Amino acid sequence: MEELENSLGKLRQCFRSGRTRSVAWRKNQLRAVLKLIHDKEDAIFEALQQDLGKHPVESYRDEIGVVKKSANYALSNIKKWMAPKKQPVPLLFFPSKGEVLPEPYGVVLIFGSWNFPISVALDPLIGAISAGNAVVIKPSEQAPACSSFLANILPLYLDDSAIKVILGGANESEQLLQHKWDKIFFTGSPRVASQVMTAAAKYLTPVTLELGGKCPAILDSLSSPSDMKVAVKRIVGGKWGACNGQACIGIDYVLVEDKFKSTLIEILQKYIKKFYGENPRKSGSISRIINKNHFERLQNLLKDPFVADSIVHGGSLDEEALYIEPTILLNPPLNADIMNEEIFGPLLPIITVDNIRESVDFINSRPKPLAIYAFTKDETFKRQILAETSSGSVTFNDVLVQFLCDALPFGGVGQSGIGRYHGKYTFDTFSHEKTVMQRAFFPEMEPRYPPWNDFKLKFLRLAYEFDYLGILLLMLNLKR
Amino acid sequence: MVSVEKEMKVFDLEAASSMVKELRDEFLSGKTRSYEWRVTQLKNIIKMSEDREQDIVKALHSDLGKPEFESSIYEISMLKNACTLAIKKLKQWMKPEKVKTSLTSFPSSAEIVSEPLGVVLVISPWNYPFLLSIEPVVGAIAAGNAVVLKPSEIAPATSSLLAKLVGEYLDNSLIRVVEGAVAETSALLEQKWDKIFYTGNSRIGRIVMAAAAKHLTPVLLELGGKCPAVVDSSTNLKVAARRIVAGKWGCNNGQTCVAVDYILTTKDVALKLVDALKHELEGFYGKNQLESKDRSRIVNSNHFARLTKLLDEDKVSGKIVHGGERDKANLKIAPTILLDVPRDSLIMNEEIFGPLLPIFTVEKVENSFDVINSGTKPLAAYLFSDNKKLKEQFVMAVSAGGLLINDTIIHLTVDALPFGGVQESGMGAYHGKFSFDAFSHKKAVLYRSFAGDAPVRYPPYTNGKLKFMKALMSGSILGVICALFGWSKN
Repeated sequence: MEELENSLGKLRQCFRSGRTRSVAWRKNQLRAVLKLIHDKEDAIFEALQQDLGKHPVESYRDEIGVVKKSANYALSNIKKWMAPKKQPVPLLFFPSKGEVLPEPYGVVLIFGSWNFPISVALDPLIGAISAGNAVVIKPSEQAPACSSFLANILPLYLDDSAIKVILGGANESEQLLQHKWDKIFFTGSPRVASQVMTAAAKYLTPVTLELGGKCPAILDSLSSPSDMKVAVKRIVGGKWGACNGQACIGIDYVLVEDKFKSTLIEILQKYIKKFYGENPRKSGSISRIINKNHFERLQNLLKDPFVADSIVHGGSLDEEALYIEPTILLNPPLNADIMNEEIFGPLLPIITVDNIRESVDFINSRPKPLAIYAFTKDETFKRQILAETSSGSVTFNDVLVQFLCDALPFGGVGQSGIGRYHGKYTFDTFSHEKTVMQRAFFPEMEPRYPPWNDFKLKFLRLAYEFDYLGILLLMLNLKR
Repeated sequence: MVSVEKEMKVFDLEAASSMVKELRDEFLSGKTRSYEWRVTQLKNIIKMSEDREQDIVKALHSDLGKPEFESSIYEISMLKNACTLAIKKLKQWMKPEKVKTSLTSFPSSAEIVSEPLGVVLVISPWNYPFLLSIEPVVGAIAAGNAVVLKPSEIAPATSSLLAKLVGEYLDNSLIRVVEGAVAETSALLEQKWDKIFYTGNSRIGRIVMAAAAKHLTPVLLELGGKCPAVVDSSTNLKVAARRIVAGKWGCNNGQTCVAVDYILTTKDVALKLVDALKHELEGFYGKNQLESKDRSRIVNSNHFARLTKLLDEDKVSGKIVHGGERDKANLKIAPTILLDVPRDSLIMNEEIFGPLLPIFTVEKVENSFDVINSGTKPLAAYLFSDNKKLKEQFVMAVSAGGLLINDTIIHLTVDALPFGGVQESGMGAYHGKFSFDAFSHKKAVLYRSFAGDAPVRYPPYTNGKLKFMKALMSGSILGVICALFGWSKN
């Protein structure tokens, strides 16, 4: 505890010294992040393989590539982001100028997650650095190889007087949360998020909470068979492709009209086989379950006999290897746990409806998800989904790719989180937008000052309506 | 009979929960999403402020002894202004914002859609009980939310007037007022809201945020803090003095979250400044300043006692250079200036929120910035100076919700500037479009077609795919082409 106090004291001192504020420092740190992921690519592949059995292509797509893209994007935009934004000021206050100046919050805390242990730690870091903060990263202890990689390697590349990695589990997190931070950025579950925000309230610390939820994919009837194939292929990619379903924006379940269920299952099976072969476990292209706890959690979801009965594909588990086969379930009971908690694993329930429009009510009767995916060519239906459901994001006819759009804010609403990041939003998440207004001493607007009288009241009423002609007439003692 | 029964019923947890449920069901009907509903409500707010201006002025006078001028300008006109702007710009604010997509997701189009958060709670303070109640409600309505307003019980006349007016003028199936104190507020805070907007002090701000954390509700906290004004020798002292007086005693008699709390200046300037302040005070409020009708009174006896305690502290009571008179029966304290108060005094360590203005002197004016930074971050910080270098230094060195140079308070009348604090002075911002944004969720929407499917995204994974992926993610078209043909760039 004392050691932590000491260490945070030093970070705060470093921040106060102004070291992290210069563009040069920020750019150097961003370049160092790029150099780090370039130099240590193999070590990262190795760590991700160890923690999650992630294939290098997947690791590159979801982790290294993401970090590289963010760092490059930040490097080329940072000057623009840092510049004060000029804002118009009413003529009434002439001469004056108004602007919004982003300034760093101070010392910030980032909690990483275990499913994307590299990108979910380094992507927010890039924003925190760009905004000029001192940073502590607490990676997830559930991905130990990646955590110790970050702890060992970051200090070799980054300015360790301003950027620190602190390892540990629940106890260490709790200790960290007893301290005052200027911003907390958390990725994880709603349960822990609530504790984080409660702790933050003690110091009035703003939080960004990146959570998850049950993200649905709506599959409308698609008249062209080739569209249907592309849609289902993308669903397979969106379920098992990103960390084997252990992703906050991964597809949780699919909604489809009853008459298309067999086509859907058939094509799903076809693509599972195409992607992962006869024995997916041996393919190397699919991640494993992170650890025993989560394996058991998923196993328990399947234990309900009614749920087990609904399995139409897969369902085999290997506890030793922490491997669960891509599994499809058809209409598991809606009151079962699998339909009431975030699955976060390779199980895909298919829920059938008579008319695809019913999906809207189905989604609305549950907490707001981080993402909604809808495969449809029906423009009216698209508009209905947009207007009548609420979620962090909506993606039509694809999965996961919204994550890669720098121009789109990434973040949840309701149970799926608070705040957003990616691209410039990451910079904003770690910046206080300070209002700056400058005035001259002349001219003076006398009616602002007491003693109050009728003339002053009239003048100010007009002023608030920006009725300059009215003001002029009033001054000249004329009436309209 | 029914209405009597209704009035008798206490607003407890059960009442709160059934009210929120009613509002949520009504919200889900989609009524608030239409442009027409929003504009109608906003227009009704304007109508309400115009029709009932005299009632509002009377209520504010009863709660705070607020001069009609201040009520009319700082509360009613400000509110109407916010409404007018929202009505004028609402279509534009509601429009989805198109954004660029990247090569990775080509071909596609993307936009950001503003959607209402749902059912929101606004808890307002007593110092501008009309404006600070309805202005957040304007933002909530503009963004299409259902709203519950809980006005401060410390301004009872305004609180009950608000309950009445909202009942008469606005759509009560979606907009409600709940009157009450701690018990009612606690019952409200137990509920699940989609946003809580709180204006008040940082102690309650913490309670609100902790309650919000239980349901993962985002909060916007408008708090206060000790807002300093630094006065440099290069300034025009006369203008500086009158702007300080206007921003201190002329705005609810110092009971304003952005009022100048204390002045930082050098010894040589301090005496001249005191003279200038005295001169302006006399010009504004005459010889008998305690009795002037152009200033609000202290809100209640608790606050009166709090303020007199600050003045009566031993090391402070001898430092009064102007004013100090008080009238306990009428809750009045004369404009009071204190010179050279010690840094460890009460008055220099809590938000004053009243008509007392301590002047703290420093060796060099630059030292002021260290004094400010050694405390918690204020909602506003002011500088009076003609020195360009000093101004730049001030802007870089001082952190606060907002900075205003050579004036006081008026920055919050500029719609294009976000109004909100940082750290102890709050989180989140509003005013103008920022109010709309504060009550909106910015939903990311990406439209893709079925074409343009790169096999590289899918397993089985190979080395060629890795190369392609690297090129794609770095946005290099040449790299993509090379990888497609299996060429190496090196």
